[in-house]
Amino acid sequence: MHDAEQFKIPVGPQHPALKEPESFSLALKGEKILGVDIRLGYNHRGIEKACEQRSYIQAMYLVERVCGICSHSHSTCFIQAVEELAGLQVPERALYIRTLIGELERVHSHLLWLGVAGHEIGFDTLLMYTWRDREIVMDILALLTGNRVNYGINTIGGVRRDISAEQKEIILKGVKTLEERTKYYIEVATQETTIIKRLSGVGVLSRETAIRLDTVGPTARASGVDRDVRRDDPYAAYAKMDFKVITDNHNDVYGRTVVRVKELMEAYKIIRQCLRDMPDGPITVRAPRKIPAGEAISRYEAPRGEDVHFVKGNGTEKPERVKIRAPTLANLQAVKEMLKDRYLADMPIVIAAIDPCFSCTDRLVHIAEKKMKKIMSWEALRNYGIAWHKAHGVDFTPLNQLFRKKLERT
Amino acid sequence: MLGALFLILVFPGFLFLSIFGLVLEFIDRKIYARLQNRVGPPWFQTFADFLKLLGKEDILPTEANPHMFHLAPIFALTAVVTVFLYIPLWQRESLFSFNGDIIMILYLLTLPTLAFFIGGWYSVSLYARIGSVRGVTQLFAYEVPLFMSILSAALLADSWSVAEISAFYARHPLYCLFNLAGFAVSLVALLGKLEKVPFDIPEAETEIVAGAFTEYSGRFLAFLKLTIDIEMAVGSSLIVAVFFPFSMIFSPVAGFFIYLIEVLGVVALLSLLRTIVARLRIDQMIDFCWKFLVPVALFQLLLNLVLKGVLPK
Repeated sequence: MHDAEQFKIPVGPQHPALKEPESFSLALKGEKILGVDIRLGYNHRGIEKACEQRSYIQAMYLVERVCGICSHSHSTCFIQAVEELAGLQVPERALYIRTLIGELERVHSHLLWLGVAGHEIGFDTLLMYTWRDREIVMDILALLTGNRVNYGINTIGGVRRDISAEQKEIILKGVKTLEERTKYYIEVATQETTIIKRLSGVGVLSRETAIRLDTVGPTARASGVDRDVRRDDPYAAYAKMDFKVITDNHNDVYGRTVVRVKELMEAYKIIRQCLRDMPDGPITVRAPRKIPAGEAISRYEAPRGEDVHFVKGNGTEKPERVKIRAPTLANLQAVKEMLKDRYLADMPIVIAAIDPCFSCTDRLVHIAEKKMKKIMSWEALRNYGIAWHKAHGVDFTPLNQLFRKKLERT
Repeated sequence: MLGALFLILVFPGFLFLSIFGLVLEFIDRKIYARLQNRVGPPWFQTFADFLKLLGKEDILPTEANPHMFHLAPIFALTAVVTVFLYIPLWQRESLFSFNGDIIMILYLLTLPTLAFFIGGWYSVSLYARIGSVRGVTQLFAYEVPLFMSILSAALLADSWSVAEISAFYARHPLYCLFNLAGFAVSLVALLGKLEKVPFDIPEAETEIVAGAFTEYSGRFLAFLKLTIDIEMAVGSSLIVAVFFPFSMIFSPVAGFFIYLIEVLGVVALLSLLRTIVARLRIDQMIDFCWKFLVPVALFQLLLNLVLKGVLPK
C-alpha cells in the first residue's frame, strides 16, 4: 500500500455501511477515492413481470411491497395510473386521506434517514434519538391503517379506512410533539461542529450536474433544482395545500440534510391542513374489475424523489405491462460524481445522502463480459453441465432415473 | 516469589484488572445507552461476551502470517497489564517504581496501538490494512499532546516517577487546579488512544468494517477486546494518579474506594464525550490534534514552568 500504488476496495454487496446488498467498487489511492464502479442486481425480485400475472388489485398490493419505506408512494402512484385508465372519479375525502398518509410516510422516512445519516458518520446518539421519535409517527400510521409499514390503505377508487375525530386528535398531538423535536434536530444538524465538519463540502453535486444526471427529490433540491411533483403536477389533494418547496444552495450532504429536516416541518404543515380541511363524504367509489385498454403514466413525489409508474391495460383484469422508475435509480448515477476525489471516510455518508433504496431500484442487468463466448438458455446450460460431469467421470443419469421413478410412484 | 506471582496474576494484576476492565466497559456502555435514551446491557453482558468469544472458533486467514497474527493480541495485552503495576492506586507506593517510570508507562501504552497495527497488517485483508494504517497515523496525532500534558504535570511535581507525582499532588491538593487544561487534553487524547468516537477512525464500522480487527475471531478477538477494556482502566487510572490522586490522602481502604470513584468519573466523562459528537475524518482528526490540543498542552507546559518558579515547594 505505497503512496503511488492504487488498489480496489469492495464496498458491498455485504458491508456495514449498506443496509441492502449493492456493490460499489472503490479505486483508492491511500485514503483518496479515484473512481467508483456501481453494480446493481443483487436484489432483483421481478415485481414488474409478476404484476402482469395478477389482477389490478393484487398488483397494487404487490407494488406496495416494492419499497419497505415509501410503500404508500408506490401503491398510490400505481393506483393513480389505474384510476386514470378506468376513468374513475376518486372522492375528495379519499384524496385527503391519501395525502395525509403520504405526508406521515414522508415524516417517518426522513426521520429514518436522519438517523441513518447520523450512524454513517459515527454519531449514534442522533440515530437513537430520531428513531425513538420515529416511533410516534409509526404508531400513528399503525393506528390509522393497521400496519406500521405496508399500510394497504389504498384501493382502486379510494381508500379502505376512514379517519375518525378521535384519531384526528391523536394525530395532532403526535405531530405537535414531533414538531418540537424536529426543531431540536434542525438545531443539532445545523449547529453541531463535528456534524458540520463531516457534512459540509462533502459529496458536492453542482446544479448543472444535478440537472444533467436527472437527479430527483431532496438530492436535486439541495443542488438548487426547484422541482417537486407535489407542486408542479399536483396529485391527490396537494393542489389545495399551502406549502413551500424547500431548496438549498449548499450542493453538498449538508444541504441535503437541511432540505430533509425542513421538509419535515412542511410535512407537519400539510398534515394539519389535511385534518382541518378534510371534507365529509364517501371514501371510495365502485371500481370495475376489468380495466379498459390504454396507457397511463403517474408521477408521485416520494420521500426520496419523483416516482414514476407506467401502466398499460388491455381490457382484461390484468395489466399488460407495469413499469416502475423508483427515485433511487435516478439518483444513483450522481453518487459516482459525488464520490470523485473524496476520501474513503466520506463514502458511507455520500451514498446514504441520496437515501438509497436499492431493492426498489434494482433491475435485471445483462452483463456481456468479454470472456463470454455465447449466451445459453437454461436448458442448454443444464445439458452442458450434465455433459461436463460425464466427461469428468461423474454420471448422475441412474440417480436421476431413480428419482423419477420415485416421483412417478407418488 | 509466590507473593510476587499473586501480585502479578491475581491482585492487582491480571485477574483483578480483567474484571475491572470488563466492569468499566459495562459502565461505559450503560452510561452511553442511558444518554441515548436506551436501556443498555445487563451487568453481566461484557463477561458473557468475553466468555462466549473465548469458546468460538479461531479463523486464520489463508494469506495471513500466523505468528504475527497470533502474537499481536498477546503482546498488546501484556503491555497494558504491565502498566498497571507501575501506577499507585490507593497507597503511596506503586508495586514497582523507579524514577522515570512515567516515560515507560507512556511507552507501554503506545505498544497496543503498534500491536494492533502489526496484527491488522499481517492479516492481509484490505479493510484491516487501511484500519491499521489509520491507527498509526492517528497515533502520531494524539500521542504528542498526551505526553505533553502528562509530562507538564510531572514537571510541576519535579519528578519522573508516577508514585512521587501522586504523592506531591496529594500533599498539595490545590495544585491540581493548575493542571485542568492538561487534564482536558489528556482526556481527549485518551479517547484517541481507546479508539472511541470521535476518534474511532481506525475501526470506523461503516467505512472499513472493524479496521485492524476485521479478520480476528474467537479467543484472539476476545483478548483484543479485553486489551481495549484494560487500556481504558489503565488510562483512566493514569489520569487519576497524575491529575487527581486524592485517594492518597485517606487510609488504604477508603483510598481504594475513592480511587474507584475517580476512575468511574473519568470513564463517565469519556462516555459523555463520545455521546455528543460525530466521528471525525482522519485529516480533520490530525488537524484538530495539532492545531488545538497541542497548543493547549503547550500552554499547560509553559504555565507549569512559570508556576514551578513561583510556587513554594
